[in-house]
Amino acid sequence: MADQPNTMIGKVFLTKLIDWMNPKTTISFLLFLFSTCFVFAKTITICKTGCDFNSIKTAVDSSKSGDSLFIKTGLYKESNIVIYKKSLYITGEKGTVIDTQNKGYGFSVEATDIIIKNLTIKNIEVSYTKEYAAILLFKSYDFVIENITVERAFFGFLVQKSKDGIIKNNTISGEGKAEADSGNAIHLWHCENVKVLNNDVRRMRDGIYLEFGNSSYIANNYSTQNMRYGLHFMFSNDNAYENNTFEANGAGVAVMFSKRIKMFNNLFKKNWGTASYGILLKEINDAELQHNIFEDNTIGVNADGTNRITFTENTFKNNGYAIKVHGACYDNIYSKNNFLHNSFDLSYSGKLNSNKFENNYWSNYTGYDLDKDGIGDVPYRPVKLFSYLVNRTPESIVLLRSLFIDIINFSEKVSPVFTPENLIDNKPLMHKVTW
Amino acid sequence: MLKILKYSFFDLMRSSWSYVYFAFYLLLGIVLLFLNSDLSKAVITLMNVIIVLVPLIGTIFGVMYYYNSKEFTELLLAQPLKRSSIFLGQYFGVALSLSMSLILGLGIPFIAYGLFKSNAIWDFSLLLIVGVFLTFIFSALAFNIALSNENKIKGFGYAILMWLFLAIIYDGLFLMSLIIFEDYPLDKVSLIGTMLNPIDLSRTLILLKLDISALLGYTGAVFKQFFGTSFGLIISIFALIIWVALPVLRIIHKSKKKDF
Repeated sequence: MADQPNTMIGKVFLTKLIDWMNPKTTISFLLFLFSTCFVFAKTITICKTGCDFNSIKTAVDSSKSGDSLFIKTGLYKESNIVIYKKSLYITGEKGTVIDTQNKGYGFSVEATDIIIKNLTIKNIEVSYTKEYAAILLFKSYDFVIENITVERAFFGFLVQKSKDGIIKNNTISGEGKAEADSGNAIHLWHCENVKVLNNDVRRMRDGIYLEFGNSSYIANNYSTQNMRYGLHFMFSNDNAYENNTFEANGAGVAVMFSKRIKMFNNLFKKNWGTASYGILLKEINDAELQHNIFEDNTIGVNADGTNRITFTENTFKNNGYAIKVHGACYDNIYSKNNFLHNSFDLSYSGKLNSNKFENNYWSNYTGYDLDKDGIGDVPYRPVKLFSYLVNRTPESIVLLRSLFIDIINFSEKVSPVFTPENLIDNKPLMHKVTW
Repeated sequence: MLKILKYSFFDLMRSSWSYVYFAFYLLLGIVLLFLNSDLSKAVITLMNVIIVLVPLIGTIFGVMYYYNSKEFTELLLAQPLKRSSIFLGQYFGVALSLSMSLILGLGIPFIAYGLFKSNAIWDFSLLLIVGVFLTFIFSALAFNIALSNENKIKGFGYAILMWLFLAIIYDGLFLMSLIIFEDYPLDKVSLIGTMLNPIDLSRTLILLKLDISALLGYTGAVFKQFFGTSFGLIISIFALIIWVALPVLRIIHKSKKKDF
């Protein structure tokens, strides 16, 4: 059965050996190899009656490194299944449910070459002192976690000090009421080179949280209704995330204290609230944002202490503020973005500080293009006097879209007094950017 | 009262001004939809127009109609009719015919464009409701001004000034006072300030629907309660009703005492 791959490798290896070994040793070696093959590659089945074991825990305890565990359909009321320094291949049949009954961890793993697949794990204990998770991986290398459904999770997967893993096609949902009594769906701490793909995470604290996580790749995930952030980076460098959707999370997505992050083709949507952002950039350097869509957020991008970041070909649509720039931002380049029907395109504190806005499309642009080269002949000023006033006196937001405000915005546009004079897009595009 | 209302209504329906008003909105609707095919975007643009223009036209029409039909009013006063029913009849005649021009003028192009199939229908109907409210409020205010001023020129002057004040100057003063008192908690003050001006009130009501994401950006418990729940909508509509009721009550009161 599942030991076939091992014997195959054995055979190939043997034929190579036979070429240069004498017949006598070959036969004895052959015998030895065959015997070891059968010892290592065992498939252990687990079900209530009639299988090798009726409990996952005892099966794991009595298995050897390299074994496969096949858990048949059924409800298993087990928790704190410890896998210590054994590489196991654990799969479940369709409908295999592990109910931890609010007692500690589901699986607690410290091993290399570990695969856990096709399971449902539910009812993880909520604790204010311990981080109980459906699957805890500690110092584990080359792991695969696939097709796991976690229901009523406290933490989903807690991965610590691990490397080279894949977490894919999982569904994790929680039922926490506040940030304090809920955990993160996928939490990577001190990890490297982990791929997080096609997961659906909802109603947790953070959807996906990378803390000191480097060189990881996060793609095609759907993160929604999480209390804090849909995706959260802390002190994590050289990561990339692509094609993810972050919708209606408490505070959107946060990228903080990190370097060289690539953010491509993501959708940030409907993050509403007083402290809610499509994306929050805080103390981050050398990042790239491309082809992202920010739609219906209170604040699309909230940038604070961000340096050398390029925003190219992103779309900002129907946001309260498309971009809000706070202090300590240097050398950021915003080019070829679409700013469509935002209440405020840009809110800016302090001086321009060598940030550049160029070749963007602004739906509020009222200039003309006489030479028909697709670039407006009059520069565009993305900062309105009103957004300056709202920054100063937040209550004045109630006057949004008033005729008086339009008049003072117009007069400010003609002769800028309050808004930074050099904060302009010199080459505004006449047509929407497509990619 | 109903008879006088009917008479005033049909009189105005026959007048060319109603047709001009109707045609203007029809044209506005068609051009807006022609220029940007997105219904919800057209609703936003329309809001800017309605907030300013409907009060202006309501004011001018109200004053004009009162002064024009003054001789006829005096004739009616000689008959055994209740004074309040004469003036209320005229007022409702003006307000209804203006509202009808507005609703038909904007409704026809939007319906032809597929309003019923789009999800902008609620925003659009809110816009029409606000437009109708503004018509009723400003023609009532105009009647008040006209009743208090025998002199036509003075009456017109005051009416235009009232419009200018509520549409523009009020917001300027409002903004200035917010900035001057920025050290104090202002969220309640700013909401009350909005309630005191029907134009601001209507604008806020529409903003609640359209720019909600921007409004929620402000941290404040009062704001959050007001803008984040249906509480704001209910209070706003209630305030608009009061804004109609008060001037109408004053029309009744004034017309009873007025010496012709």
